[in-house]
Amino acid sequence: MIKKKTPQERRIILKNADKPAYSNKLACYLKNDGYSMLKKAFKMKPEEIGEEVLKSGVRGRGGAGFPAGMKWKFLDRKSGKPIYLICNADESEPGTFKDRQIMHKDPHQLIEGMMIAAYAIQAKQAFIYIRAEFFEGARILEEAIAEAKSKKFCGDKILGSSYSCDLVVHRGAGAYICGEETGLIESLEGKRPNPRIKPPYFPAVLGLYQCPTIVNNVETLCNVKHILEMGGEEFSKIGKPNNTGTRIWCVSGQVQKPGYYEFECGALTMGEMIYDVCGGLLPGRTLKAIIPGGSSSKILRADERFTGKLKDGTEFDWGIDDIPLDFDGPASVGSMSGSGGIIVMDDTVDMVEAMANINAFYAHESCGQCTPCREGSLWMKKITTRMCDGEARKEDADLLLSVANQIEGRTICAFGEAASWPTQSFIAKFRDEFEEKALNGNTKPPLQLI
Amino acid sequence: MSTNGKASMVTINLDGNEVEVPAGINLVEAAGIHGTEVPHYCYHPKLSVAGNCRMCLVEMGTPMRDRATGEAVLDENGVQKIGWVPKPVIGCGTNVSPGMHVKTKSSMVTDSREGIMEFLLVNHPLDCPICDQAGECRLQEFATDYGRGYSRYVERKNVKPKRTKLGPRVTLDDERCILCSRCIRFCQEVVDDDVLGFVDRGSFSTLTCFPGKELSNNYSLNTVDLCPVGALTSTDFRFKMRVWFLKESPSICAESSAGSNILVSSREGVIHRITPRRNDNVNDSWMTDSGRELYKQVNSKNRLLGASVSGESVHLAEAISAATDLLQGKNVGIVGSCRSSVEEQYLLNKLAKNIKAKKFLRGHFGDDDGILLSADRTPNLRGNLVTGFSSKYPSDQLTQLSQALGKKQIEALIVMGEDLSDSDINLDELKVPVVFLGTQQNATSEFSQVVIPMLTSFEKSGSFINRNFRLQSFKQAIPGPAGLLPDLHVLASLINGLCDDAEQSSDLATIWKQMSKSPTNPLNGIVYSHIPDDGIQLNGAKWDSLSFVEKNALHFSPVKQTLKA
Repeated sequence: MIKKKTPQERRIILKNADKPAYSNKLACYLKNDGYSMLKKAFKMKPEEIGEEVLKSGVRGRGGAGFPAGMKWKFLDRKSGKPIYLICNADESEPGTFKDRQIMHKDPHQLIEGMMIAAYAIQAKQAFIYIRAEFFEGARILEEAIAEAKSKKFCGDKILGSSYSCDLVVHRGAGAYICGEETGLIESLEGKRPNPRIKPPYFPAVLGLYQCPTIVNNVETLCNVKHILEMGGEEFSKIGKPNNTGTRIWCVSGQVQKPGYYEFECGALTMGEMIYDVCGGLLPGRTLKAIIPGGSSSKILRADERFTGKLKDGTEFDWGIDDIPLDFDGPASVGSMSGSGGIIVMDDTVDMVEAMANINAFYAHESCGQCTPCREGSLWMKKITTRMCDGEARKEDADLLLSVANQIEGRTICAFGEAASWPTQSFIAKFRDEFEEKALNGNTKPPLQLI
Repeated sequence: MSTNGKASMVTINLDGNEVEVPAGINLVEAAGIHGTEVPHYCYHPKLSVAGNCRMCLVEMGTPMRDRATGEAVLDENGVQKIGWVPKPVIGCGTNVSPGMHVKTKSSMVTDSREGIMEFLLVNHPLDCPICDQAGECRLQEFATDYGRGYSRYVERKNVKPKRTKLGPRVTLDDERCILCSRCIRFCQEVVDDDVLGFVDRGSFSTLTCFPGKELSNNYSLNTVDLCPVGALTSTDFRFKMRVWFLKESPSICAESSAGSNILVSSREGVIHRITPRRNDNVNDSWMTDSGRELYKQVNSKNRLLGASVSGESVHLAEAISAATDLLQGKNVGIVGSCRSSVEEQYLLNKLAKNIKAKKFLRGHFGDDDGILLSADRTPNLRGNLVTGFSSKYPSDQLTQLSQALGKKQIEALIVMGEDLSDSDINLDELKVPVVFLGTQQNATSEFSQVVIPMLTSFEKSGSFINRNFRLQSFKQAIPGPAGLLPDLHVLASLINGLCDDAEQSSDLATIWKQMSKSPTNPLNGIVYSHIPDDGIQLNGAKWDSLSFVEKNALHFSPVKQTLKA
């Protein structure tokens, strides 16, 4: 048997981050050719940069995977209102920890990417909305911005040109919903982060302060710098068509070497990631399930066969190990690559308990604005908690599924889907465990007599 | 906008029927026009769209067009295909467009409504037996109409504060709140007093006042009306009465010249509450808190309940004849009122004309709040202009009366409810006999030789003319105190008693026939019983030169008075 070659990382975004002696200081960044792309950008016309980004085909790294160039195209430039750029650094999808690496280790890369993007869309003001828990990240960014400002890489009259764009770090107050772009905008305006109804509040038209606004993920904005470096055409050759560039995958759960790994899109499969890159499962364990793209993506069962047709018409018949790691791979097996958070579960995991954990998260994080998500997420949590407390009922699996179905597609924002997909997929794939709980799991502890 | 109004209509397909609806309205309104209820909680026609209750989910599709060419996509029969949105859409946040297809009865819609109803009820307390909202609760109504009718919820319900005092007049039961945010939007958008908000999140979200603030504005009780459930309750009305026992009578608020349309809720002759009645030309769906308190005058301590002559209680008929005797052959001065109805002012003017009496009038003024409490604190100042009782704009003092008394031109006075002592007249020096007609005791009634009790606007029918010169009728809600006769009867009796050949009827319809005869009068041609619920806009151009005190406010700007009828 020929030993398969271990897939090699291709680090673009994290190229320097983990190099020894690489620091998050400006001097170090400049030594590594930092801000040269910003200089290049300022020699171009703003719309030319937009064209390059569109050509690159780069898709948003925040979770939805919407093409960034297209998003910029939607921007309402005729309104005469100021345009805003927001970097979504509210990385809060459970299982995801890539943006913090960038911000902690290479903040100037983000600032450079943002300033190129700001110039390209002619933003009047740029913001980094960072989650409350990243206090260290916020401090690093503040410092980096001050450094960049002193050297005219952002702020007033950037690189001596007539274009000015201030960059501000805004810390959240600890809410998952602030990762939803309209919720983020509300929060940035100083209000409760209740997501807005679309239509009419599409950020590209009616965003921050009712002005046209672009909201991009940290990784997406860093990519802008590299797109400019390579040219959109060249960038689009990395990875696969419609899945361009690299992705930083965050692997957590019961593997030998959890962590973040940057690969070209589609360069490796799920199996290669788990067994070759992450060193396989813990000794003596077998794989049970994988959540491929953050806790809100649908869970995949280890012994499933996935068959179907790809977008280009080719048929596939995959086991869980064969799923290619790009945008379309997990999507074609009924889940999604989301924010790139791969959560691996082995045979020691009680699926009902895992479900209860996820439901507790979504019940806690629902903003409470619209009825289905507000009431449904807590209800699901109460059911799974009760099941874990030894009071499972036979009908609970069906009830959970029904509650999730009553949420999905009926909410203001995508949180409804995020909260219902886990339940729907857990029940669809591990119904036996939920029913088993009702039959044998009801071992109530004896009453504590006092 | 087109001249015939046709061009501003669009055709949509509502549950399989082609119907015409005004362009630009949302699906809740559009379906409503054609008698189809799209249930909703957070949507209110007079507030911004929040889209959070999700009760109004409907299926919607638009005619399909080819993305590249923009050409219509046709099916095998040559009919344009409908691109149905895969998820249900909110009716409140979706505006009609030509050719739009809407399903309000499909299984997807029914299922959505059942789901939403279930979600709204899982943490809702089973308070109905003690809840003030019972009987007029959207949650009860829609649970019956659109719910599944059984519960699958076995978990514990959330616990929240049960009796938060949000302000002097509003008490909140947070457990009942369905977080529709109507009250929050009302305070922000209508009153511009941003005091309410949610704290905590998810299912534990709780309505409350911002720290250091309270819901004390003069419109706070509208939040109680707006609340689709029993969360916001009127501290005054709380636990007092079951709403299904109440009789609702349409009326007009007599607090100021805004003339808010109201409903008077009474049971067995006792008023229990006053709520606003929607009129898009006057008060939308709102009214002031202070206006809701007016019913308390009915049974107030200083209410005049019996007639008297020189301090002795007498039968009403005796008081009327005593008044006739007292006034007969004298130079009479009549102090009219901006609080009388149009009909009373007409009769009073007629009396003045017949006995050649001098007419005096005073106004009552305060600050204009720019919404529904106007600077003119009387409901019917303009009635005096239209009926001819006065041609001048009254001041807040009776200076002319004071002068006339000083010159001894007046030998007797008829006073309609006004207190002379706070308007330039020293009662101690007043030497002429006074006939007082009013509802409340005051220094003047104490002084008067003849006191004839009158009825409040809740106890009689009539009409007021508001700041927009809008004629609005009010209907008797409760009977007046025992032994009293309608005000119009009293005034007609005075006319008939004082003028030899007068045969004045006290019948409302007949009075209106007389009033509306003159072709030059703005009331020309109006029949009382035909005045619509939302009133009639009169032409007030004749009085454009008067300096009315009202400021820009809800549905009112000072220049608007010239609006044509």
